[in-house]
Amino acid sequence: MPMLHTVNKSPFERRTLDTALRHAVKGAAILLIEDGVYAAFDGTVVADKVRAALADHKIYVLGPDVTARGMSEHHVIDGLEVVDYGGFVDLVTEYDKVQSWL
Amino acid sequence: MKLSVLVNEGPYQHQSADSALMFTKAAVEKGHEIFRVFFYHDGVNVGTRLAIPPQDDRNITEQWTALAKEHDLDLVICIAAAQRRGILDENEAKRQGKDGDNIAEGFRISGLGQLIEAGIQSDRLVIFGD
Repeated sequence: MPMLHTVNKSPFERRTLDTALRHAVKGAAILLIEDGVYAAFDGTVVADKVRAALADHKIYVLGPDVTARGMSEHHVIDGLEVVDYGGFVDLVTEYDKVQSWL
Repeated sequence: MKLSVLVNEGPYQHQSADSALMFTKAAVEKGHEIFRVFFYHDGVNVGTRLAIPPQDDRNITEQWTALAKEHDLDLVICIAAAQRRGILDENEAKRQGKDGDNIAEGFRISGLGQLIEAGIQSDRLVIFGD
């Protein structure tokens, strides 16, 4: 399996999501954690970009970090998968390498 | 699988100190081997036993100590980063002529080689930071 890219910054604050998407090869996965989860919510100016990225990448979002920000799973863009910390661990082991975009 | 974790941010400063702890807990619960947790940059501040967070707040250091005790984890603090920030064990305090040490139970101070070794020996190295 290709690489797992974790993104922990809000796309409204930094460009790490763009950078990760630019470097991620087809089949690589993106995991949004911490403030990175703001990219997972529907109705924002980046939502269409995230939806488009689903064509080439599985995109996951860390559920506890969604609820920690007062949001819930039904704010999350359709097609993204919500995982817990156990799911985070599973992704780390399923993909060959982990790149943490900080 | 053999995993290692790198923590680059201090507690109560950035969420990554919490994320690293939650990730490590989940990994040991799933039966993975944690080869090492390496604390670097401000992450070394996780390793002081003298911090007193409010009683209704989480105590990140104590949680690491408890997790290390329960699962025999190797928690390593970078020596150069630690000395800059006043994190000392008994040996270093003596060597530097300081009047006390503050390292928390379950942590040890060592060099950057320990991070390199963790990267080589582990199947995955997961980095948490800002």
